[in-house]
Amino acid sequence: MELAGVFKYLYELLVSTGLPQVWIDLISLVAAAFVVFGFLAVVALFLVWWERKVSAHIQQRFGPMRTGWHGWLQTIADMVKLLQKEDITPATADRPVFFWAPVIALTAAFAAYVVMPFGKGLIVSDLNIGILFMVAITTFTIISLLMAGWGSNNKYSLLGGMRSAAQVVSYEVPMVVSILAVVLFAGSMSMVDIVESQAKIYQWYIFRLPFGPIAFIIYIISGTAETNRTPFDLPEAEQELVAGFNVEYSGMKFAMFFFAEFINLFTISAIGATLFLGGWQGPFLPSWVWFMGKSLFLVFVLMWFRWTYPRLRVDQLMEFSWKFLLPVSFANLIVAGFMKYSEYFNW
Amino acid sequence: MTQGLRTEEFLVNMGPHHPSTHGVCRFLLTMDGEVVVKAVPYIGYLHRAIEKICENRTYAQCIPIIDRFEYCTSMSCELAFCLATEKLAGIKVPERAEYLRIIMVELNRIASHLIWFGTTSLDLGAITPFLYGFREREDILDLYEMTCGQRLTYNYIRVGGVSRDIPSDFIPKTKAFLEKFPEKVEDYVRLLNENPIWMVRNQKVGVMSAELALSYGVSGPALRASGVKFDIRRDDPYSIYDRFDFEIPTGTNGDCYDRYLVRLEEMRQSAKIVKQAIEQMPEGEIKTKVPTNFKPPKGEVYSRIENSRGEMGVYIQSAGDSKKPLRLKLRGGSFNQLQVMPEIVKGGKIADLVAVMASMDIIMPEVDR
Repeated sequence: MELAGVFKYLYELLVSTGLPQVWIDLISLVAAAFVVFGFLAVVALFLVWWERKVSAHIQQRFGPMRTGWHGWLQTIADMVKLLQKEDITPATADRPVFFWAPVIALTAAFAAYVVMPFGKGLIVSDLNIGILFMVAITTFTIISLLMAGWGSNNKYSLLGGMRSAAQVVSYEVPMVVSILAVVLFAGSMSMVDIVESQAKIYQWYIFRLPFGPIAFIIYIISGTAETNRTPFDLPEAEQELVAGFNVEYSGMKFAMFFFAEFINLFTISAIGATLFLGGWQGPFLPSWVWFMGKSLFLVFVLMWFRWTYPRLRVDQLMEFSWKFLLPVSFANLIVAGFMKYSEYFNW
Repeated sequence: MTQGLRTEEFLVNMGPHHPSTHGVCRFLLTMDGEVVVKAVPYIGYLHRAIEKICENRTYAQCIPIIDRFEYCTSMSCELAFCLATEKLAGIKVPERAEYLRIIMVELNRIASHLIWFGTTSLDLGAITPFLYGFREREDILDLYEMTCGQRLTYNYIRVGGVSRDIPSDFIPKTKAFLEKFPEKVEDYVRLLNENPIWMVRNQKVGVMSAELALSYGVSGPALRASGVKFDIRRDDPYSIYDRFDFEIPTGTNGDCYDRYLVRLEEMRQSAKIVKQAIEQMPEGEIKTKVPTNFKPPKGEVYSRIENSRGEMGVYIQSAGDSKKPLRLKLRGGSFNQLQVMPEIVKGGKIADLVAVMASMDIIMPEVDR
């Protein structure tokens, strides 16, 4: 069942009430925001639970089992607990900065979904610079990390925030260049156009040899670094920084960082699925099922990384990005350019 | 860097409550950005005056205290103390007790190295191997539990023998464990050895030359990783180690990676020793009768064993007319390994300090006593 039809029907229902166009636009905009917000809240809750289960099974444990079937209520219980917690602001903290950091983290995480094609015709706004908007808005997260580090007025937080900023900036570059290869081939920055250029399975960019798989691998590696997950989880390196940028946060503010982190994880996976795995394209099943399936598969891959690998050192992390990933991604972009303009490769 | 930009070194207190200081060690670090300029370890947070307490207790009462000297290898600590006391008083230990001691001590070495394996990988950010290590350690603890009822501080090895014989299903269970253990070690090898991240984090990090190690009195796996083939079990055999066939793994570079490899191999060798001990073990007595309040003759003795963290030595001075030791001195490997750390972490990154500390396998109760 395609969900786009449902939303279209609701929109027509709104139009038939005879309200002025401004009101219709406003109402549909707010409604869309609420739908996306609700969807992401559920996704984040699900991913927290899933991460616990995946890690548990990799480590030969069960994970949460008592709260509901296989502990599916666990994250909700955690949320309720965090809501009840006292909201502590350190006495020496820079109050406004400290307060706005988690808000910005969460806002940036949500804003990316404006241009996310959830399914066929299921997109809030098909901007013609969709992917650019997406990349720009996800990078916004680092401002919140820096603010959290600075605002806490704690050297461990500050170090965590600085590391995070350095890391995300360095990995942003190879990531964007690997995305550029796809944009080059699709000939458009619109998310919908990119998905539609991958209608057949052999047209998926991951299968376009030789540049596709390389771009995909670079994207996944950089994506792991962007979301601060192992092996690139230095901003949260417990052994070196105790907890990183969020060490002073408690209660709901901590929960907001936590939520933003898991939404970012889903964002990275969803962009990966859209750009390289054909997005919502797929036979038999409704398009949104394909989109969710592919995204969650990539989420699983990232979780798998996290629970298997050790952590890199900060200078090795930088070297890997600047000295290896960046040259490779540029070479890959050149290859993609050649392929685009040779008859032979242009499927 | 940039001209005119003022930079200065700053001080960071790492510990005493820090996830990777393995207990309560405090490092006062002078940092230049991420680079460690100077590291000064501050110890004593776990001082319990074990040596002084023992001077007020009879020899039998000392053993539970000695257990706490190094709680990861309580069995070895008991053995070291009992060997010293037996040497002092000239007590012979029955054959079967000797074998039981070897089995327990070598299993303890495996358990201790498993903790090291887990915490090392945890310190380097890999969380899963930690649980794998503890999963296997659990089997060993179960074996201990069914033998002496304790899982951490055993009070099992006594002066003159061991406290009780093993239950009937101990041997089959140990054999089952030894059967599957090499496969588990292979799992660790597959998980980490060739992992490029693990390699860049460990290779050429925390290099300790053989001269440096010897001049600081470093012993055990840390010394062997620097290429010195010295193992008290072979070079100064105590108990019945001369009857077993085992190899002493050594490294060449003395870096964290070599220390890692040496310990992994030691686990395999310990399993080999336990296997041989089980096969050779005779039936018979498990304890020589020793009076509870026996008084060793006047004199002094130093006895040493190869503990999982290096040489563990026990020095006892007896007044001759007392049932309590006049002076007791314990030597643990961790102390020297902690002392050498400022030398080898200098100029490295703070993350390397964590890696070095983990690979040295320092445990604080042994340092502070």
